[in-house]
Amino acid sequence: MSAPYAAPDDFRTAVLDAGLLVASAVDGVYQLSGEFEDVLQGLQRHLGSQRVDHDAPRRWFPPVLPRAEFLRTDYVASFPDLVGSVDVFRGSDAEHKALLGDLEQGCDWTQHLEPAEIVLSSAGCHSLYATLPAQIPDEASRAEICGFVFRHESGPDPTRLQSFRMYEFVLVGTPEQALGHRDSWMPRALAVLEGLGLRPRVEVAHDPFFGRAGRMLVAGQVEAALKYEFVVDITDATGTAIASANYQQDHFGRTFSLTTGDGQPAHGACMAFGLERTTLALYAAHGLDLAAWPADVRAALGC
Amino acid sequence: MSTETTTTQARIRDVLRLHAHLTKDVDALDSSDDLYAAGMTSHASVTVMLACEDEWDVEFPQRMLTRTTFSSVDAIAAALAELGATS
Repeated sequence: MSAPYAAPDDFRTAVLDAGLLVASAVDGVYQLSGEFEDVLQGLQRHLGSQRVDHDAPRRWFPPVLPRAEFLRTDYVASFPDLVGSVDVFRGSDAEHKALLGDLEQGCDWTQHLEPAEIVLSSAGCHSLYATLPAQIPDEASRAEICGFVFRHESGPDPTRLQSFRMYEFVLVGTPEQALGHRDSWMPRALAVLEGLGLRPRVEVAHDPFFGRAGRMLVAGQVEAALKYEFVVDITDATGTAIASANYQQDHFGRTFSLTTGDGQPAHGACMAFGLERTTLALYAAHGLDLAAWPADVRAALGC
Repeated sequence: MSTETTTTQARIRDVLRLHAHLTKDVDALDSSDDLYAAGMTSHASVTVMLACEDEWDVEFPQRMLTRTTFSSVDAIAAALAELGATS
């Protein structure tokens, strides 16, 4: 069965013509229409309604996180090409004058800036770890989180956004608790996406680790089947991952000094949904006219 | 075990001591012991790989950039031998 659109550019043209997205001067950066945001908010509420850990704290994160916490994630080692570092001006009046001079002459005015104490958020769960208790309780730490994420990547595919929101169900605890969390969420996530009329394939996947060093990380991640992606066909060109189920082993437990009752580094897992991508997948699957979507899907999303 | 092999293994252990972040003393490990089981993370194994390249002035080809290549002192020694790197 062929995908709704032949190429990413066809889908891009369609959603722009329908006014669902408004293009900016930069690929991967779009404004969203009110209707698109309504569907996305409905999706967010619907995903939240699938929670099984009703006592887990729910947190909405800002689009930035402290630089020191970011560095503890090892993101720079793994994905230097995706990083969004924030620069700020801390100079004097004289330095401001020099900055404006460079700006006026078309020179590099950013040389007058310096790195801030924050970076753009690299992943939803990265904001969480530093706020967890160093000693993870025996029943594990759980959280339901949402936040903007930045990835410096772009192209004509409207599903490849530089700034987007993730909705995640996270657990930090023992290896058994973490794997159990991920593996119990996978069929639940598949069911909720299928209930919205999507037909995702669940595939072993890997993160886009950078360079030669990244090849080793990819090999390890695939070999251990740490990551599964939920992939839909929006275009014939390539599948689009709209959600992922991840087991991070003890990576964040080690880097954030989180331990379980036995004194070992805590293990982590999350079920993550891409809100903009899933919303785009819904428009691709059901058509660009929201009024014509199946009644049960509209009812589930409350729109 | 030849002197050359002994030297290579000693240098590998030096690299591991600096970069593998093992939870056990590297000298207490047998050369066939699993380094990942001894606490080496995936990220640490990447650092070990890069440090070996610097130490022996070699470049591991893509087919050798796997978890298995860096799984033990013996495995690393075998990989280096395959690349013609000696003591």
